[in-house]
Amino acid sequence: MGFLDINNATKSYGSVKVLHETDISVEEGEFLVLVGPSGCGKSTLLNMIAGLEEVTSGDISIKGRSMNGVRPADRNIAMVFQSYALYPNMNVAKNIAFGLEMHGVAKDERDKAVAEVADLLQMRHLLDRKPSQLSGGQRQRVAMGRALVRNPDVFLFDEPLSNLDAKLRVDMRTEIKKLHQKLGTTIVYVTHDQIEALTLSTRIAVMFGGHVQQLGTPKEIYDNPANIFVAGFMGSPSMNLFPAKVQVENGAAAARIDLADGATVSLPFAPGNTMSGYDTQEIILGIRPEAITDEDGADRKSQAIHRIETRVEVTEPAGSDIFVVSHLGGKEVTGRFRADVDVSPGDVFPFAVNMDKAVAFDPKTEMRIG
Amino acid sequence: MASNASANVVRTGAGSRYVIYAILTLFCLYYLLPLYVMAVNSLKPLSEIQAGGMMALPSQWTIAPWQSAWSTAQIGVDATGLRPYFLNSILMVVPAVAISTVLGALNGYVLTKWRFRGDTIVFGLLLFGCFIPFQMVLIPMARMLGLMGIAGTVPGLIFVHLVYGIGFSTLYFRNYYQQFPTELVRAAMIDGAGFFMIFRRIMLPSSGPIAVVCIIWQFTNIWNDFLFGASFSDFDSQPMTVALNNLVQSSTGVKEYNVHFAGAIMAALPTLLVYIVAGRYFVRGLMAGSVKG
Repeated sequence: MGFLDINNATKSYGSVKVLHETDISVEEGEFLVLVGPSGCGKSTLLNMIAGLEEVTSGDISIKGRSMNGVRPADRNIAMVFQSYALYPNMNVAKNIAFGLEMHGVAKDERDKAVAEVADLLQMRHLLDRKPSQLSGGQRQRVAMGRALVRNPDVFLFDEPLSNLDAKLRVDMRTEIKKLHQKLGTTIVYVTHDQIEALTLSTRIAVMFGGHVQQLGTPKEIYDNPANIFVAGFMGSPSMNLFPAKVQVENGAAAARIDLADGATVSLPFAPGNTMSGYDTQEIILGIRPEAITDEDGADRKSQAIHRIETRVEVTEPAGSDIFVVSHLGGKEVTGRFRADVDVSPGDVFPFAVNMDKAVAFDPKTEMRIG
Repeated sequence: MASNASANVVRTGAGSRYVIYAILTLFCLYYLLPLYVMAVNSLKPLSEIQAGGMMALPSQWTIAPWQSAWSTAQIGVDATGLRPYFLNSILMVVPAVAISTVLGALNGYVLTKWRFRGDTIVFGLLLFGCFIPFQMVLIPMARMLGLMGIAGTVPGLIFVHLVYGIGFSTLYFRNYYQQFPTELVRAAMIDGAGFFMIFRRIMLPSSGPIAVVCIIWQFTNIWNDFLFGASFSDFDSQPMTVALNNLVQSSTGVKEYNVHFAGAIMAALPTLLVYIVAGRYFVRGLMAGSVKG
C-alpha cells in the first residue's frame, strides 16, 4: 500500500472508455511522470487524482483514505496547470494566498506563508504585480508558488512546461527537479515530452490508448521497453525498429537482416540471450541509435559489437554527434556517430552494432520477447 | 515605375476616402436633423413654431417648455408634468437591469462551467424566449401578474422585463464565459472555492466588458419599452414612454409642440447618457466574444 494508490481505476464517457483498468502505487516522495501522446488518457488520470473528474469504477486513495466522492479542495492536493491558470484580477501575492484564504487561514499567517514561498522561488519582487505583467517563466513560477504554499500531500503538474520556449523549458525543468529534491514532495506529472519524463521522474508510466503500457524507472523504460510502442515513443531520435529473422546455429541465436543491396547479414544476439526458442521466426529488432556507431565510438565494455558495412544515405550533424541514416531490413535506420568521424552520404561505411542493447519484439503482438 | 504605381495607390486611397467621408457626413446630417429640430423647437416659444420656420434658431430663447414638460404639463387627467413618470421609469429600469444582468451572468456561468445533462436544451429554450414577439405574451402575462397580485404596479413591470431580459443577458454572458479559461475555475476548485465564491471572486471581476454590453442593451430596451408599459401599468405606475404618449396625445387645448419636443428629449436623454458614458465598452464587449485573444 503506497502513499497514493490508484486501484483498478477506469474512466468512461458514455460508452467510450478513455481510461482502462489502471493500477499504480506511488510511494511518498516519488516523482511519477505520466507520459504519452495526446489522447492517451494521461490528463484524464491526473484530473481523476485531482478530483476534477469522477472515477467511473475502481478507487483512488491518498494516504490510505479513499478519495471517491471527495471534493478537490478536501483532498489536500495542489495542481499546476498548463496555462498557469493564474487569476487575472488578483496580484501575485493574492493569487498565491487564495487557496489559504479559502481554507480559512488567518491573514497574518497567509502573509507569512506567501513570503516564505516567494523567497523559496526568488520572486519577492513580483508579489505586487498582476499576472498580465509577468513573463511566461514568471507566471510558471507563480503557479508553482500557489501550489507550494498549501503544503499539499501530492503535487499534480499538468504539462506545466509546454507553453514555455525551449531554453526556458530546460531551465524550469532543472528547477522543478531541484525543488523536488529539496522538498521531497510526492509529485504526479503529466507530459507528452519523453525527455521531460526521463530527466525528471523517479518512475514513469508510459500511456497509450487508455492503457498503461509500461510502469518503471526511467532506465527500465529506456533499456527494456515492454513493447514496440514504448520502444518507439521513448528516446530521441527514437529506437530503430526493423524486421529480422531468428536463426539458431550450434545453440547460438542470431538475427538475419536484409541489407539494402539484397545481401543479408547475421548479427548474433548477446551472450545470455533467450532467443534460441524462436528459431526461424520473424521478429522486429529494436536497436537505439547510440548502439549503432562508428567502430571507434563503440562501447568498449560490450562483448557483442558486430560490424555491418552498408551505404550511408544522409548525415545530420548535430554538434556533439552526427546522426547517420542508412537502411537495414528495408527500414530507415539512424546511427549516432562521433562528431569528428569523416563520413558523407554515398559512402559504404562500417557500422558497429552493439547487440548487448538490442531488443526483440513479436511482430504480431508487438510485445517484447527477448 | 514602381514609385509611380505606389503614388497612384495613395492618391486613389485618399480620393476614395473623401468620398467615404462625404457620404458619412451626409448620413450624419440626415440622422442629426431630427435631433436638431427637436432641440431648437423645445427652446422657443410656441408662437414662433406656429409662425412656421421649424428649422430656424429661436429668436427668443426660453426654457419654459422644459419646465412645463417636467413639472406642470397635463398628463392624462393630472397636471403633474413628466417628473413622477420619470421616477417610475427609474424605479423600474434600475432593478430590472441589475437583476437580469446578475441572473444572466449566473446562467452563463452555469451553462459554460457547470454543465449538466440537458444544458443545451435549457440554453436553447432561453434563446427561444428572446425571439417570442411581445404581443404574444400580453394576455398570459396579464393573467400571471393578476395571480401574483402585482398587476398594475412597478414591481409587476420589473417582473415582465426581467422575464424578457434574462434570455438576452444569458446569451451575452454564456458566449463571453465560453471563452473564459475553464482551467481558472478548476484551479479555484482545487484552491477550495465553492460555486458562488468562484462566481464572485473569479468570474465577475473579469466580466466588465460584457456586463457593460448587457447593461446598455437592457437599459435601452426596458427604458424605451412602450407596449408592456401601456399594457401592464396603472396611472400611478406608468413609465416615461407612456406618459410621453399621454402628454402628446392630450386632445384638449392647443398643441404645445415646444413642450412635446422637450418631453421627448427628456425621455431619450437617459439612454443617450448611458451610451455616451459606456459606449466605448459596447463595441469592445461585442467584439470580445468573436475574436480569440
